[in-house]
Amino acid sequence: MLKINNLHASVEDKGILRGINLEVKAGEVHAIMGPNGSGKSTLASVIAGKEEYEVTEGNILLEGEDIEELAAEERAHKGVFLSFQYPVEIPGVSVTNFMKTAINETRKAKGLEDMPANEMLKMIREKSELLEIDRKFLSRSLNEGFSGGEKKRNEIFQMAMLEPKLAILDETDSGLDIDALRIVANGVNKLKSKDNAVIVITHYQRLLDYIVPDYVHVLHNGKIVKSGTKELAHELEAKGYDWIKEEVGA
Amino acid sequence: MAFENTVDVDSPIHDIRTEAIKTFETEGFPTKKQEAWKYTSLNSVLKHDYSVFPKHDNAIEFKDVKKYFIHDIDAYKIIFIDGKYASHLSQTTHDGIDVCLMSSALSKPKYRILIENYFNKIASKDSLSSLNTAFSSEGAYIHIPKNKLVDKPIQIIHFSTGNEAALMLQPRNLVVVDENSHVQIIERHQSLTDNPVLTNSVTEIFANKRAIVDYYKIQNDRESASLIDNTFVNQKQESLAKVHTFSFGGKLIRNNLNFYQNGERIDSTMKGITIIGNKQHVDHNTLVHHIEPNCESHQDYKGIFNDSSTGVFNGKVVVEKEAQKTNAFQANNNILISDKASINTKPQLEIFADDVKCSHGCTIGQLDESAMFYLRSRGIPEKEARALLMFAFSNNVLDSVKIPEIKSRITKIIANKLGVNIGFDL
Repeated sequence: MLKINNLHASVEDKGILRGINLEVKAGEVHAIMGPNGSGKSTLASVIAGKEEYEVTEGNILLEGEDIEELAAEERAHKGVFLSFQYPVEIPGVSVTNFMKTAINETRKAKGLEDMPANEMLKMIREKSELLEIDRKFLSRSLNEGFSGGEKKRNEIFQMAMLEPKLAILDETDSGLDIDALRIVANGVNKLKSKDNAVIVITHYQRLLDYIVPDYVHVLHNGKIVKSGTKELAHELEAKGYDWIKEEVGA
Repeated sequence: MAFENTVDVDSPIHDIRTEAIKTFETEGFPTKKQEAWKYTSLNSVLKHDYSVFPKHDNAIEFKDVKKYFIHDIDAYKIIFIDGKYASHLSQTTHDGIDVCLMSSALSKPKYRILIENYFNKIASKDSLSSLNTAFSSEGAYIHIPKNKLVDKPIQIIHFSTGNEAALMLQPRNLVVVDENSHVQIIERHQSLTDNPVLTNSVTEIFANKRAIVDYYKIQNDRESASLIDNTFVNQKQESLAKVHTFSFGGKLIRNNLNFYQNGERIDSTMKGITIIGNKQHVDHNTLVHHIEPNCESHQDYKGIFNDSSTGVFNGKVVVEKEAQKTNAFQANNNILISDKASINTKPQLEIFADDVKCSHGCTIGQLDESAMFYLRSRGIPEKEARALLMFAFSNNVLDSVKIPEIKSRITKIIANKLGVNIGFDL
């Protein structure tokens, strides 16, 4: 699904990613953990195609295709989805209209007709139920005045609507109370299949109790310094990140 | 210049005209040397040799110009072609209200008192308004007597056919809304060819006690047409007047919009969206004169400037010593899309009262890159993402448009202007 080779990326000539190697196969869940400033969010943004980051070395392959030259929307059309840590407010554009636009633009890119309105409505109904979203919520302006929890739930709702191959959840657990966390995790688990993959980026182990990873990677100073299974996440939770920093001699 | 030959000397406003001619002859067109015109030069629009009294009677058919009407709602219509009244496109009325022509109001005795009381009473005596006063022979005359809720909006449209190589128009509108009455008015100027047109219009609006006036200006003309809009609103106590100005087209637009609050508990609102590109120029010059206590004014102007377009916002708020408890708000937010575009924005607050709440804020920025990335990461292409953000940026101005058909028309014009079709009515 995703193969990242020796990825170096910088912003304004400041190196942030310094040689990331990562392979995520279909059906897998990977967690990327690490202290603040280790490059977790940068990695997410670089995979999704944020223009302000410059890839200086290495490559990102999605199903064998190098996506580095593709614009963010083209990556989205190929099935990359990023759940934002800080979703942006768009006044005057309802959640429903936003989703219609996103889905139909993706279909257009694939040479498909617009999704018929009844099909769209059915899908919106199903996916909003999955995330326990009130119908009234869908006619509100996108993210405007949403609570932290509503924003994150709305991100996962968008993921459900867009049915990506590769979903990257960037700090989706931040700002969530335990109930919202459960709903969001439950949504992600239901969307998981043998054909898609999920990368969970998080600072804490908490979310990983609900979305159980197959692999856990620790990012430090722009490199993956340790990989393991879900037990590694527990160890990090118990011991913090300092022992890893010492272990890698940073 | 022998203007007198073409002006009706028997008109009740003959003296006013004579005076206006003198004023214009003394002052001439404004130049950049004047503070109020520092950022707007009329040189490029004054280089044409305009005809001021078009010779032809020009017929156009409704089907050819239907798209310029808000045609999906019933409305009174006062339509002009090259400055002359076009009865076949219009729908006027004298049934309880007067929605008709300035020329008939000026010539018929039954309107004489109203004309004497209101005509040229609040229009400024500056050179451009004087020019209009001197030359104007036609426009809309709207009188809503007290306690009338006008059942449908009134559309005023000025078409120019291009039959003259270059045409100068001087429309003159008078709107008098009496106690407790309510009216909605839509005004538009539309050139039908690329021959240059310069319109110098004067509109006087009187919102009497507890009247509600809702006025929409749609400025989406060709880039050969220029508009100087001089609008003066006089408000009496507890009246509410709102002017929305949507500036999307034209070569040069100057909006001189002036509100005078002559009474207590008055609410004045001015909102605008400007979206221009190429070498277009739009200048909003606003004035709110708070004269009495307990009044409010709200100004909210959004501007989006592409290519080499230029914008000006000059918002003056005067709060007289007697005007205690005034609430005056002013916001002017701008986005520059291109490196060559520019905006000059200048709030001007003159406050003589000590117990007031006045705020102003100007911003100039670019489109938010992280918002762009958010939309694009959902599969929305760059152009469409840009359009959505611009729409979001201007949304709170659109939100206060009370006629749904106007709102949807404006959003369609915006979508067109931005070259997008994003799968739903913006």
